[in-house]
Amino acid sequence: MTVLPRPAAERSASPERIADGQEPGYSAEEMMTVAAARALRDGSVCFVGIGVPSIAANLARRVGAPNLVLIYESGTIGAKPQTPPLSIGDGELAETADALVSVPEIFNYWLQGGRVDVGFLGAAQIDRFANLNTTVVGAYAAPKVRLPGAGGAPEIAACCKETIIVVRQSPRTFVEEVDFISSMGFGKGPGDRERLGLRGGGPSMVITDLGVLRPDPTSCELTLTELHPGVEVDEVVSATGWKLTIAATVLRSEPPTERELAALRAFRSPEPA
Amino acid sequence: MRLPDAVAALVHDGDSVAMEGFTHLIPFAAGQEVIRQRRRHLTLIRLTPDLIYDQLIGMGCADKMVFSWGGNPGVGSLHRFRDAVEHGWPQPLELEEHSHAGLTNRYVAGASGLPFAVLRGYEGTGLQSLLSTVAPITCPFTGERLAAVAALHPDVAIIHAQQADRRGNVLLWGIQGVQKEAVLASARSLVTVEEIVDDLVAHRAGAVVLPSWTVTAVALVPGGSHPSYAAGYSSRDNGFYQAWDEISRNRPHFLEWMEEHVLQPPAVPAGAGTGAG
Repeated sequence: MTVLPRPAAERSASPERIADGQEPGYSAEEMMTVAAARALRDGSVCFVGIGVPSIAANLARRVGAPNLVLIYESGTIGAKPQTPPLSIGDGELAETADALVSVPEIFNYWLQGGRVDVGFLGAAQIDRFANLNTTVVGAYAAPKVRLPGAGGAPEIAACCKETIIVVRQSPRTFVEEVDFISSMGFGKGPGDRERLGLRGGGPSMVITDLGVLRPDPTSCELTLTELHPGVEVDEVVSATGWKLTIAATVLRSEPPTERELAALRAFRSPEPA
Repeated sequence: MRLPDAVAALVHDGDSVAMEGFTHLIPFAAGQEVIRQRRRHLTLIRLTPDLIYDQLIGMGCADKMVFSWGGNPGVGSLHRFRDAVEHGWPQPLELEEHSHAGLTNRYVAGASGLPFAVLRGYEGTGLQSLLSTVAPITCPFTGERLAAVAALHPDVAIIHAQQADRRGNVLLWGIQGVQKEAVLASARSLVTVEEIVDDLVAHRAGAVVLPSWTVTAVALVPGGSHPSYAAGYSSRDNGFYQAWDEISRNRPHFLEWMEEHVLQPPAVPAGAGTGAG
């Protein structure tokens, strides 16, 4: 295993390097959010959940992907919020949307209809095949923790051309076996999605505060492919509840640029008008 | 119709009740009137239970909940819902748990007069095996395996809208959720509105009109969706959603708050202050 910087062609135009031993001028969560924003291609259609996915998708619209289309499950298509929404149905999402449709329509025509490129999801638990649990910790009938439930995620995970999962990495979250499958990733391995007739491609990346995991093309198992600046392989291994496979070549993420950080911070804490 | 009279006439002990409104236009005032009238053994149906069902559950009004996402949006847990499921307080709560797409299509089938609706859904999830209202079905044309979801027919739907006219036609606009389907799928319906107007002007984004003959009762309740909101009349009270986390976290504090803000007459919307504009 070797850790390489990204090839020059993939680097941002003006990478600001953090000198060794110096405190980085950004948090691990900011790095995760920036990495998630970079994963969104300009012009694609993105189904957005609330929290970090929503912040990242809005950051992408401001830096690098101005024509990204944001869909929230409240039926707001092409929303362009100026401030981070607390809920998926804040008034600003409706006021800035290109189209406003009902909940049956957003799920049936738009998501199930195959019109969404990227689904952006979080989870309370994730396993090596990127199956997600947002339902219960413990047994379903007598849960230790009752979580909110599946919401829109099962069909987002099934129908989008790809799904990107954004979640902080710890052994509590990255588990050997999820307590409940709320949304299917690759099930028990290769061929399961096809066998069940899921039309979307499934998880393409899991972006964490430590690095990026991608499914191995053959085994579908999540594999460490990228480390954020200052993070070592050991840290990721010990933050993972299964025996994590490390890709033959692990890339080193570019730290957030000044432009990315400024846009992120301005979106989160807008100057009072 | 006055809200207390409408709730007394339309909502009975043991009913299945769908109070819909997807983040926007949640019928809080009507839900709190149900609490004041001490309805019991309800089956509560709603995609996103939100704070209103947290209040109904915590006050012991519900035996069962049919839902798809039970959190406080952007904040965290619904503590009363969790307490009922994790500890059976104030009573056990039976769950029927769907995805948004699945539960939405149960309403669509109900509104359409069909026994079931079809979708690509639930495959590979743990929800499938828990649900008697979801079953696999084979497409007669392509042979594909799909999910059938049983039609939903609530006894009563309760929604909040911006306006009604004097004949009882209802207009809502903005984020429209699944309210139209909930009303058309239900045996009875109650609509609370911000305002009664002479003429409904329906050319607004997301406008939905429910003709008077699809609605059982209309009650004028300005601010009746607070701390949710009614586009054109109020903004979502995100501060109250954040404050609810603390209010609802422990049982005595929750009961004290409900006593002071909901049970005591005269009835005022929860955390009133930023209601109707």
